[in-house]
Amino acid sequence: MNLFFHLGRYFLLIKRVFSKPEKMSVYMKQIVHEIDNIGISSLPIIAIISFFMGGVITIQSAFGFTSPLVPLYAVGFTVRESMLLEFCPTIVCLILAGKMGSNIASEIGSMRITEQIDALEIMGINSAGYLILPKILGGVLILPFLIAISMFLGIFGGYVMGVATHACTSYEYIYGIQAFFEPWKLYYSFTKVITFAFLITSISAYFGYYTHGGALEVGKSSTAAVVYSSILILIFNFLLTQLFLT
Amino acid sequence: MIEIKNISKSFGERLVVDDVSFVFEQGKTNLIIGESGSGKTTIMKLMVGLHEIDKGEILYDGQNFPTLGVKDKQEVRKKIGMLFQGGALFDSQTLEENVRFPLDMFTEMSPEEKMERVNVCLEKVQLTGKNKLYPGELSGGMKKRAALARAIANEPQYLFCDEPNSGLDPKTSIVIDNLILSLTRELNITTIVITHDMNSVVEIGENVLYIYKGKPWWTGNGKDILKTTNPELLDFVFASGFMKEVYNAVKGK
Ligand SMILES: Nc1ncnc2c1ncn2[C@@H]1O[C@H](COP(=O)(O)OP(=O)(O)OP(=O)(O)O)[C@@H](O)[C@H]1O
Ligand SMILES: [Mg+2]
Repeated sequence: MNLFFHLGRYFLLIKRVFSKPEKMSVYMKQIVHEIDNIGISSLPIIAIISFFMGGVITIQSAFGFTSPLVPLYAVGFTVRESMLLEFCPTIVCLILAGKMGSNIASEIGSMRITEQIDALEIMGINSAGYLILPKILGGVLILPFLIAISMFLGIFGGYVMGVATHACTSYEYIYGIQAFFEPWKLYYSFTKVITFAFLITSISAYFGYYTHGGALEVGKSSTAAVVYSSILILIFNFLLTQLFLT
Repeated sequence: MIEIKNISKSFGERLVVDDVSFVFEQGKTNLIIGESGSGKTTIMKLMVGLHEIDKGEILYDGQNFPTLGVKDKQEVRKKIGMLFQGGALFDSQTLEENVRFPLDMFTEMSPEEKMERVNVCLEKVQLTGKNKLYPGELSGGMKKRAALARAIANEPQYLFCDEPNSGLDPKTSIVIDNLILSLTRELNITTIVITHDMNSVVEIGENVLYIYKGKPWWTGNGKDILKTTNPELLDFVFASGFMKEVYNAVKGK
């Protein structure tokens, strides 16, 4: 019952978000602002996480592959596959759901409780479109770039740490990350990223937009935003994987 | 002119606005007064459609607002300027951007024209030179005045002010009252002001609606309010000992 209520209200909100904007020039400025606000500001954390995760996966794989039957380039291959297919598109997006989700929900939620959203409505502005569309578009536009950087840094981190700790040689690793590369897998990865970007921004905006009450409720909304974006990322990760890989 | 006819509103079981009718006249300052919690803000929010009415009609120059479609409602709202009780300034924007916002959204003015308009509005509310401050850096009374500047920026046809001079000292309060009065005259707009301030009632109350527990209790001119015999209104007007003393002194008791 509750689920259907939220689903219905979510889709109605999305419909309002995508109705014709009042003034394109104002929206363009907002989108650029959001790209900076929710995208670029996440770059440092993504860079650090990706670099170290790449490194650790390299060391772990090298440690695991002790059998002489496993070729030496398997380490690079494993790092590349796990980075491209799962770690960067899914895990990094889950981390971003925490950062972006709470940011978006609390920003819109506090605008709601201080009547700023009402003020927009009174002026005759479609508040849902004005506030949410730039966030969704900004997120969907910038996340693929962030994830691409994350993929690069993950594999690079694997190289640096693998070679530094003598887990593998430079030649093996580079051979490994080029071995059996199938470009269509990148479609799979980036379809996931774009889907997740839409889920994070729209779900968080939904919870923020329908905040009622005071500061306490803003906190609750932003928690709900993170929880539900994460759950839906996991569900869609499963669905898209079924769709592409079977 | 805005006419409300028999509007009612309940929140859950609680009837907050009970069968209120009134004509808010054009070119005049129309006041809604009443004690805290009597339903003044709710009436104003019903009029602009932030709450839905349970019963009744709200006529903007003859157009029944609640029955309009989304697009038509937006068209009416573009002619509304509203000062919220809490200000409702956009936190992420400077004062200047706040006041310029309606101009950015709805006019084709050049940046210079906008800037000039913004400065004129800020000057009117005595916030000259505060352009680059954020709402978080303003005092309560300054926020109120800044919000009024935003409400009048795009020369609205209908001006709604929810307690424009709460939190202001008596002197600034009079400036704001006079500003509202002169705007109403100059632009010949329909102005609706909620207030607790008896000074404003007497000074600018050309058409006053007194609300008592959600019901319309007394209407008339602000100057006549001191002669009222309505017991609830007397209670409201002379709630402060100061007013009582002034009144008695004038009457020569
Ligand atoms: N969104 C809401 N949901 C439920 N009850 C509400 C809501 N808004 C207002 N009320 C109730 O309606 C009544 C009238 O509130 P309103 O804000 O209109 O009072 P007011 O006359 O503006 O008071 P004040 O002078 O203190 O601003 C109050 O009892 C309040 O609790
Ligand atoms: Mg009020």
